[in-house]
Amino acid sequence: MTDSRALDSSTEAPTGAVPVARRTFLSDLASACAGTPVLLGVVKIGDALAQDAPAGTYDPSEHWYGIGIDVQKCIGCARCVVACKTENDVPPEPHFFNTWIERYVIRNDGEVGVESPNGGIDGFPPIEDPASVRRTFFVPKLCNQCENPPCVQVCPVGATFITEDGVILVDEEYCIGCRYCIQACPYGARYMHPDRHVAAKCTFCYHRLRRDRLPACVEICPTGARVFGELTDRPTPLARFMRFNDLQVLKPNLNTKPKAFYANMDYEVS
Amino acid sequence: MRIPQQVPRLALVLVLAVVGLVVARGVLVPDTFGDVGHYRAAALDLVASHPIQYAGQQECGVCHADVAGAKAEGNHRGLSCEVCHGPAAAHTNAPMDVKPVVPRGRGQCTLCHAYNPSRPTGFPQIDSVAHNPRMPCQGCHTPHAPVPPVTPRECSACHGQISTQKAVSHHAALECTTCHEAPAEHRENPRLLRPTKPTSRSFCGACHAGGLADIPQVSLDAHNSGYLCWQCHYPHHPEAR
Repeated sequence: MTDSRALDSSTEAPTGAVPVARRTFLSDLASACAGTPVLLGVVKIGDALAQDAPAGTYDPSEHWYGIGIDVQKCIGCARCVVACKTENDVPPEPHFFNTWIERYVIRNDGEVGVESPNGGIDGFPPIEDPASVRRTFFVPKLCNQCENPPCVQVCPVGATFITEDGVILVDEEYCIGCRYCIQACPYGARYMHPDRHVAAKCTFCYHRLRRDRLPACVEICPTGARVFGELTDRPTPLARFMRFNDLQVLKPNLNTKPKAFYANMDYEVS
Repeated sequence: MRIPQQVPRLALVLVLAVVGLVVARGVLVPDTFGDVGHYRAAALDLVASHPIQYAGQQECGVCHADVAGAKAEGNHRGLSCEVCHGPAAAHTNAPMDVKPVVPRGRGQCTLCHAYNPSRPTGFPQIDSVAHNPRMPCQGCHTPHAPVPPVTPRECSACHGQISTQKAVSHHAALECTTCHEAPAEHRENPRLLRPTKPTSRSFCGACHAGGLADIPQVSLDAHNSGYLCWQCHYPHHPEAR
């Protein structure tokens, strides 16, 4: 077949057989190459047509979620930790937490102690040598839902991602359990799920957001230390929280752009 | 002239590579990958389909309007019902079949109200061992609209950290009311009306500049006259010996 085409082209241009054959070949090659993206695109186009999903009432692109935490209001009761574990089927054992409470004890000599026994669920032991304590307080921790998330950057398969509404999620059916994201997270907010063998983390209770409810920890916090809302123009409690408080984020030098904002927090906290 | 033999072979290899790539992509790349971003769009529905355990504050008042009304007036107005009664989504779906927990012992209240020095000052806290031991909290307090049944006998009922520090300091013998005037309503709405603090240097000077024996003395005129005493010294645990 290629032979006959070569002969044809040579008969069409008898004077310069070699250049014409090359031109024909190159044009054939060009058209073949031009067809490749079309071939590659067939899968995508087919998907796009199949995915012409019915538009629900929830439009993710209209939202951009964040959370505020007032350290001065946290009483360390860890009801948020219990609520989170219940709501999200987090394993009850220690070391598996989407959110947890840390107690900071700052001594008169400047020594900083941090502890979080079982995330704070069982309470905190009495402080040794209370006379030497300069300040002590609780700090709730959770996934910072970074705008520039290192965990998403390192995922080799695209199983963890930032949604259009600004929540970092894990695709449990697609995660290969390589743990890169767990190592990449500077806030220690991820863990390996012991049963499902995938990376797990705080989802801002995405299933609740979709149903117009607050995240479980925010719903349960008895003192209002956690304030949930949006970083858009939409008026939410977070807008007032951010207007009237001096805010900090954790580890700002890492340029992760966290969306968890802390108020009334000591500089020792990281 | 004939096309060199290697060209059709290379073309065949190219075609096979392209076909292989398309097939491999079709097999390996998940269905909805890349529809929204660099991830499976179907994963969003997977995450969003997780069932709800906590029904939410607004759900409870639909049936329990009386309790919700009482709670909205009291000091627990900011609390969600499910803080104490546990996750209640199952109860809202089948109100008669599933009942939420009703904690009645001392354990539930002390989760928040047991004394802990790390808690913010002014948050109502009790020493669970000393505060009416073995009595259920609900014998004296209404959990839906809690107020102290009687005026707290002593300030340490709430201000545990201050009282423990003062007890071991040189100011142990002083009453709180020596320096603070607490409006009566402070005991019921502690954050609404706050106790006073001394507003003059001469208040501390009554003892510390009055020439009393065994008490550290300063000259009010010469000693940092621009400041109130408690702006440098912590009166609940003064450092001077």
